[in-house]
Amino acid sequence: MTERRPRIGVLVFPGSNDDRDAAWALSALGGEPQLVWHAEPELPRVDAVVLPGGFSYGDYLRVGAIARFAPAMDAVADFAHDGGPVLGICNGFQILCEAGLLPGALRPNAALSFVCRDVPLVVERADTSFTARCEPGQTLVIPVKHGDGCYQAPPELPASQVVLRYAPGENPNGSDGDIAAVINEAGNVLGLMPHPEHAVDTLLGSADGGLILASLVDAARERSYAHA
Amino acid sequence: MLVRPKGGILDPQGEAVERSLHQLGFPVGDARVGRVIDLEVDAASSEEARAQVEQMCERLLANPLIESYEIEIEDRPA
Repeated sequence: MTERRPRIGVLVFPGSNDDRDAAWALSALGGEPQLVWHAEPELPRVDAVVLPGGFSYGDYLRVGAIARFAPAMDAVADFAHDGGPVLGICNGFQILCEAGLLPGALRPNAALSFVCRDVPLVVERADTSFTARCEPGQTLVIPVKHGDGCYQAPPELPASQVVLRYAPGENPNGSDGDIAAVINEAGNVLGLMPHPEHAVDTLLGSADGGLILASLVDAARERSYAHA
Repeated sequence: MLVRPKGGILDPQGEAVERSLHQLGFPVGDARVGRVIDLEVDAASSEEARAQVEQMCERLLANPLIESYEIEIEDRPA
């Protein structure tokens, strides 16, 4: 019997530009991606949601500030409150913070320059729906490409909500505590600045991002059986 | 509305502006860069207008985690 391909919604905002890459990667890793336009008031039947990278609304006002009011975001919030796994990549991470689904905020990079390069990351937690295929302490190499990736952590953020950190000396943006990925308290919403969808094939330099997306596909598949 | 990074929040734009001003011979300190938003509000009183604008700031125009804001109201007869 072949494994079920869980359906994963990939949101598309005006200005998203990694939606198709995310969909391609999820499909290559066993998922069945479905693009969802931001103006849709409801999500189709999906078992996970990805908010992709890009520059929604031209980053006007503040990154992610306008996209969070898209009709589809209400549906994403409902999905998250119901325990559905939600992954925000780069601009998606920024939108989740603005929407209050993740703690903290993202500010312009400390050096003010756009960074675009591979960065080594340390896995702090391998017991989440997004990192179950990783080992604790493992180093992943995944590219970043952003101008606003400086994570401002709320002072009360517990260390247990930090899932990935930039390796020592490799922080590309001045993030508090070298934080690269944060999870919500309930453990079903994760945001990260690096782009796992751009690291799913060694031909492109690294396949480490595939560990994160394949973990999400696993979690979505589990949910699809539970909700069958 | 005047929206700017809260005290204690790193403001790389402010730092870059400050360095440039130093190069020009202005020995300034603590430069912060924010933004100004002008808009017209239809309201019966300036108190009502302020209340509306506060809502706008809390919900969209500022991110209270990282930014502070000030509101200035200018009456304009209908």
